Amino acid sequence: MRRVGIFWLLLCLSSLAIESTKVTIPAGSFVPLMGSQKRQALAVASFQLSRYPVTNGEFGQFLRVHPEWRRSRIKRLFAESGYLRDWVDDLHGPKGQYSSPVTNVSWFAARAYCRSVGGRLPSQNEWEWVAQASASERNGMRQPEFRRQILAWYARPNPEHWPAVQKTYRNVYGVHAMHGLVWEWVEDFNSLLVTGESRGDSSLDLDLYCAGGALSGLDPSDYPTYMRYAFRSSLKARYAVPNLGFRVAYGRTP
Amino acid sequence: MRKQFIVALAGLALVTLACSPSSPIPSSPTPSKVVEEALQGEEVAVLTHAPQVPPPIQRTHPTRVIVKLEVREHEGRLADGVRYTFWTFGGEVPGMFIRVREGDLVEFHLENHPSSKMPHNIDLHAVTGPGGGATSSFTAPGHESVFSFTTLNPGLFVYHCATAPVGMHIANGMYGLILVEPKGGLPKVDREYYVMQGDFYTRGANGEGGLQPFSMQKALDEHPDYVVFNGSVGALTGDKALQAKVGEKIRLFVGNGGPNLVSSFHVIGEIFDSVFVEGGETANHNVQTTLIPSGGAAITEFKVEVPGTFILVDHSIFRAFNKGALAMLKVAGEENKSFYSGKQDDKVYAAEGGAVQELPNRPVAQASAQSKAERMSRGADVFNQVCTACHQANGEGIPNVFPPLAQSDYLNQDPTRGVNAITNGLQGEITVNGAKFNQVMPKLTLTDEQTANVVTYVLNNFGNKGGEITPEAVKKIRK
Repeated sequence: MRRVGIFWLLLCLSSLAIESTKVTIPAGSFVPLMGSQKRQALAVASFQLSRYPVTNGEFGQFLRVHPEWRRSRIKRLFAESGYLRDWVDDLHGPKGQYSSPVTNVSWFAARAYCRSVGGRLPSQNEWEWVAQASASERNGMRQPEFRRQILAWYARPNPEHWPAVQKTYRNVYGVHAMHGLVWEWVEDFNSLLVTGESRGDSSLDLDLYCAGGALSGLDPSDYPTYMRYAFRSSLKARYAVPNLGFRVAYGRTP
Repeated sequence: MRKQFIVALAGLALVTLACSPSSPIPSSPTPSKVVEEALQGEEVAVLTHAPQVPPPIQRTHPTRVIVKLEVREHEGRLADGVRYTFWTFGGEVPGMFIRVREGDLVEFHLENHPSSKMPHNIDLHAVTGPGGGATSSFTAPGHESVFSFTTLNPGLFVYHCATAPVGMHIANGMYGLILVEPKGGLPKVDREYYVMQGDFYTRGANGEGGLQPFSMQKALDEHPDYVVFNGSVGALTGDKALQAKVGEKIRLFVGNGGPNLVSSFHVIGEIFDSVFVEGGETANHNVQTTLIPSGGAAITEFKVEVPGTFILVDHSIFRAFNKGALAMLKVAGEENKSFYSGKQDDKVYAAEGGAVQELPNRPVAQASAQSKAERMSRGADVFNQVCTACHQANGEGIPNVFPPLAQSDYLNQDPTRGVNAITNGLQGEITVNGAKFNQVMPKLTLTDEQTANVVTYVLNNFGNKGGEITPEAVKKIRK
């Protein structure tokens, strides 16, 4: 009993002293919008997630050590020609955006970065679980204002320059920028709409968004979530998209 | 070989029998849509922003047509003082007009601008195939998709984005028209225009200023704040009105992007000589109002016989005068008094014919108001009965169409202007609070007393500077 108390005291002290760049996400469960025909709640085990999306500065450090992922050296198989298109040169990101999220990165490059820091990409379910949290509640989706804010952000075009990651929306866990900054890669981004290029594949109709698939969504008014799933399904692993970055998860792969 | 063929035929007959026992003899198959003409050459399609239409096709053969359409998300004007983030095919709402010929092989390039936040695709109703192209055109920001289709059916077709959530992509303006000209083309006309209706859903009410986000709830409820032609209130009014000359034959390509409302398309003061119903082959003649479904279109043709301003409306009329579904066609030229005389006479009408010349218990004409307060109270009644239809209950009018009476510099500089407009009518351009209006206000049949009352009421309400108008003053101004 006493040992437990000391443990908690230490934990509190350490979190006060310096804000870790990793945030522990407690286990929980939620009902995902799509892909669950029986509408079962999905359990998410506890894991750790980086507080911010990976920045240009951090990605530059990675490229110093791993030259094969530099813009001039990368294999076309792992990234299309737009890879890091906004970078000044092989090692320097866009001017004045050291603390802004890195974008124009392929899924392969994002995974390589995660491995280099001892982590991995979060799974889609992990990401969605954390994204449900508003500033005050773990299940922010119950708050109409939270949903409206997300939708309003989705409806706005990209800004000229990305702000620094610290200056973004912070949720109840202390994780920043799950909404309001850039889209983010997840490990299994293509698991739901594997036929993104041939949506006529009738055996998968239930997973499609338009037509019949739309009816299988749990909450047809949950447009923000629809839009994230739609965005992910438009991607291929080698794509480098101007508003797509990533963050790192730590812990056992779910 | 031959034996095999016969066996196969027998098998086919059995299958036919098994499938449709009620009609054992299969009728002759309908001719399948085979493109008999050979493709010749290649060209890049000319695309136009509304209300312009690409030139008619002169070719007498099908060709390979390259169409390049760029998706852009950008902030623009929805109404005066109201901004909205539009998602567009080609930078404007509606999307660019595409004109091809029956039998053409269209090589379609959908380019999603790198600044886009969303992936997009395109479903062209002119395409025969899964998703109308949507299955082959799902495009991430900064990417381009290419797919091809042959235009098997002629007609006027809607295209739109079909990316989840489809309703929101359409509600943000992602729709346009593609015309597939039949072999032999369309009959020659003097002018062609492109008009497309759409409904918009904003978080704030109609007229609430600033950048308005999309309201999911209002879209689900199908309660639009704006119903507009060509992407914004007043996109085709005033200086931007469609133009024509007397004697010309006009063809309007009219589409309806929705997402929700069906349009009752009507041109005030014109009768459509021909309407190609639903954009297809059937022509109806002498039509007043034609129904255009959401995700549908119509081709209307008419000859303009007399000069004047003709108003295009959705005849679900509150949409026209209160939500923006109003456009103008200005026709210049010589009057033709035999077609339309204009007002020939204005005289007192007394009911006649029967024995009753005067209604019994007819109220005695009201005595003149005894005080300013009484004048204003009576004026309020007149205002609510007469003026609100155009100038609105809050006196703020309708941008570009009906000038505001509220905080009106035009009125406050000279209150007799209000009296003059009521008693004598008003025509020609005026500037009110910095905005130009060029409309016709008919003279109203109000008495001097009523006119004095209502102008006094307006002067002392809606943030105006006050004052009083007497019936005697009205009498002097009346021509």
